[in-house]
Amino acid sequence: MMESQWLLSLGGGMLAGLSALILMLFNGRVAGISGILAGALQHRAPWRVLFLLGLGAGAWLALTLGWATMPAFTTLPGWPVVLLAGLLVGIGTRLGNGCTSGHGICGMGRLSLRSIVATLIFMAAGFITVFVTHHLL
Amino acid sequence: MKLLTSLFAGLLFGLGMAISGMVDPARVTGFLDLAGAWDPSLAFVMGGALLVFMPGYFLLVKPRRQSVLGEPIVAVPTPRLDRRLIGGAALFGIGWGLVGICPGPALSLISSGQPMIMLFIAAMVAGILLFDRGLARVLVPARSKARQPHTA
Repeated sequence: MMESQWLLSLGGGMLAGLSALILMLFNGRVAGISGILAGALQHRAPWRVLFLLGLGAGAWLALTLGWATMPAFTTLPGWPVVLLAGLLVGIGTRLGNGCTSGHGICGMGRLSLRSIVATLIFMAAGFITVFVTHHLL
Repeated sequence: MKLLTSLFAGLLFGLGMAISGMVDPARVTGFLDLAGAWDPSLAFVMGGALLVFMPGYFLLVKPRRQSVLGEPIVAVPTPRLDRRLIGGAALFGIGWGLVGICPGPALSLISSGQPMIMLFIAAMVAGILLFDRGLARVLVPARSKARQPHTA
């Protein structure tokens, strides 16, 4: 059970890495989800919209075909916290120019110092936040 | 053609998000919970992605002057570690830790219609628009206002 989860995570991660490689090799673009979303909101470039449609369709396909199970979402906090978290993610990824995919995969994969630092910081902030919300509050 | 590769790349990414378990907020907070019942398996998501992307980038992308389809390959920003990068990454990490959702998994789950996921996406879009349409002027000093290419 434990081992199969690691393998699924590894396999899913490899698919995401392949996706990022294809987008950069063929289109010259960075597969950073927050950046693609922000760009789609600004200029509505068709490639961004299609990437996002594919993103939704890919996960839908995996869930429909039974390659993945729909999460229970039972651990999510109340709506005010979800709202705050969404705002922080939106503002933070614009300010810091990237999220888990852009900095964590594409930037780190290029050995970009900026992305390595950004990834270390958002991971640390995530660890600290979970520590505070799960163990202190 | 480049629209087709874009759609295909999106599809692969969405498959990866669902199969890897990144779409499950409980797994993500479990990964971030070092002091609790730490579940390290999601580290393999980034590991697996880098295992494919990194050699592919250095062997196939970096030697090229243009993409396979003749598009310019996006400029890599000059290595500058400023308060903007650090503050932004910290805010993002706090939001990520609060719920266990980041942009890729959130948008992957759009077809689920799950109310909290919809709320998260709406709030994230609001945050992006808030920043791009005003907050940027307040948070980013004029000096570094020169538009930085968005990494992600």
